[in-house]
Amino acid sequence: MINRRDFLKFTVKGIAGVALPLAAFEIVNPRKLFADKSDTSRVRYVFLIDTYKCVGCGMCVKACKLENEIPYDANVTRTWVERYVITKDGKTFADTPKGARDGFTTSRIDLGMGKFQDIKNEDIDKAFFVPKLCNQCENPPCVQVCPVGATYQAPDGVVMVDRDWCIGCGYCIMGCPYGVRFFHPVYHTAEKCNFCYHRITKGLKTACVDVCPFGARQIGNIKDPNDPVTKIIMTERVGILKEEYGTKPQAFYIGLDREVK
Amino acid sequence: MVHGELWTLKELFVYPNEYIYWSVQIVMYPFMTGLVAGAFVLSSLYHVFGIKQLREMARFALVFSFALLFVAPMPIVLHLQHPFRGVNIFMTPHFTSAIAAFGIVFSAYGAIVASELWFLYRKHFVEVALPLKEKQDKGLLEWLKFFVFCSLTLGVYDVSEETLKRDEKAIRVLAAIGIPVACFLHGYAGFIFGSVKANALWMTPLMPVIFIMSAIVSGIALCMLTYIVTMELRKWVSSRKKSPYRYSESKQELAGVEVNVIKITAKYLLMFLVLAITLELLDLIFRGYTAVKSWDVIRSVIYGRDFTDIFILQYAIGNLIPLVLFLLPGLTIRRAVLGVCFVLFGVFMMRWNVVIGGQAFSLTFAGYMHYHLPIVPYDWETFKEGLAGALSIALMPFPLFWVMSKIFPVFDAKGSH
Repeated sequence: MINRRDFLKFTVKGIAGVALPLAAFEIVNPRKLFADKSDTSRVRYVFLIDTYKCVGCGMCVKACKLENEIPYDANVTRTWVERYVITKDGKTFADTPKGARDGFTTSRIDLGMGKFQDIKNEDIDKAFFVPKLCNQCENPPCVQVCPVGATYQAPDGVVMVDRDWCIGCGYCIMGCPYGVRFFHPVYHTAEKCNFCYHRITKGLKTACVDVCPFGARQIGNIKDPNDPVTKIIMTERVGILKEEYGTKPQAFYIGLDREVK
Repeated sequence: MVHGELWTLKELFVYPNEYIYWSVQIVMYPFMTGLVAGAFVLSSLYHVFGIKQLREMARFALVFSFALLFVAPMPIVLHLQHPFRGVNIFMTPHFTSAIAAFGIVFSAYGAIVASELWFLYRKHFVEVALPLKEKQDKGLLEWLKFFVFCSLTLGVYDVSEETLKRDEKAIRVLAAIGIPVACFLHGYAGFIFGSVKANALWMTPLMPVIFIMSAIVSGIALCMLTYIVTMELRKWVSSRKKSPYRYSESKQELAGVEVNVIKITAKYLLMFLVLAITLELLDLIFRGYTAVKSWDVIRSVIYGRDFTDIFILQYAIGNLIPLVLFLLPGLTIRRAVLGVCFVLFGVFMMRWNVVIGGQAFSLTFAGYMHYHLPIVPYDWETFKEGLAGALSIALMPFPLFWVMSKIFPVFDAKGSH
């Protein structure tokens, strides 16, 4: 029978024998890889939405779907527009039929389950539109909860998904307080707005910014003090969504209302 | 069709991408791991704390826990959109995620249960393997049996008193390590939910503890149920096999053992049941008392939309009725069966109310989502995320247990120590 001394000896040898070849492997950090390709640390993309300018036409949603190959009729979208109607008796109604892909074609509020609510114009206190998209949070909960590291944040702040590595557990979808994530109907992996990363890294604007006829959407680099978006964020009063979650969202809103969800 | 759209109905204001992404398989996952952990804790009560009356139950529970262990990750595999990439969790674990630890915790726990089983059944393996080794003309089945048991001995044929004593010590140590690991295995399933800050219903530090308590409750309940069923089968078999004289004696003997074991186990079930209910009510009261922003929508779900699921099915049928059934004096087998069935149902409903209930309201706090479980499967998706998938998971441990009991005899007291 093996004695204790030999057992310990063998164990140490065995562990050393296994550990040595394993040490040759390096766990590759996607962030590091990214940094090696280009020095983007001087860029931090942010988004600015002027809700006063949005009319709810839905061009941004349409453009986004086409640009990013999200099936046009699928009931998911990387960006959407919400309509808020606050009536004189203090009630708040909100809807976003098909993410406002086709705009808001009727004044009736979509209550879901096939029900609609008619609101007379004279009953309305205020009404407005709020475009939504990924906030590219400084502290993204979706990146934190991904069990395989398939979703990651680039040094310029944009959070992306690796379609080849995502296992489709849905934890990131559950972890996002803004509801911007969903499963791609074709690839069956987590999907989200990435500020049209293929465009912005080439110096272009995002599809939604480009297409917006009223200039309600703008993208900028907060690290550049001369950027017009940075100037607005620094000098004017802007709001962010769901601050209480500690996610440090980087989509800034002009004219945010307390009723915005 | 978008994943989740099939079984989700949206009402009022819900974000366009919101669906019930975590459906019935995610209800099954904590339910099954809970059974694993619970069964193990039950077996440890004897091995670690030396509760002699649970001797019979301990061996049974350990083997059952091992059978359940293989089923526990199955719901996740069925739930994943890319099940074949599940192995990525082991290849590139991202440790800030609660799910990433799954591989490590699960394998550690599996190793502990497997080694404990080995020490427990080592003598049995040797006793089966040795006579077969000496036998000259072995049939095909005997060869197979010989190979299986020979490899199971791992080349150790020493079954002297001294080594067996040492085995017992090893079992005690393993069981002692196993308790925190089992609790961790399940507590961490609770952590997966409790740490989702975006979900107002899930986010509470109590979640892991609540999960552990209800896990132990459900594990004990399932062990009791399976124990009763197998004992009844044994009684039935013994009444068919033996001569009239022998049969009545053995049947009474078996029945006596059965009632004794069940009575003792029921006491532990009650203890953990009370703990679980207390914690769950504490959570509910605390939410109502602090009434933060999300309380309005959560209240409307708990006291309105899900009232039947929570207060009737979970608390009344799943907790209150079994509590009364077990507290009434003179526990009979029939009442115990009824009680444990209600307990199992109650724990399942608790998981349901956490997982589905947590997605019953929108992130907007101004809308609701209704879940419709796919009953009749007509494609792979409706099978795996529907009633059929959930039932297959629920039934899977039993054939596995039957196979395992061929290798680890749960009742033959002579075969092990």
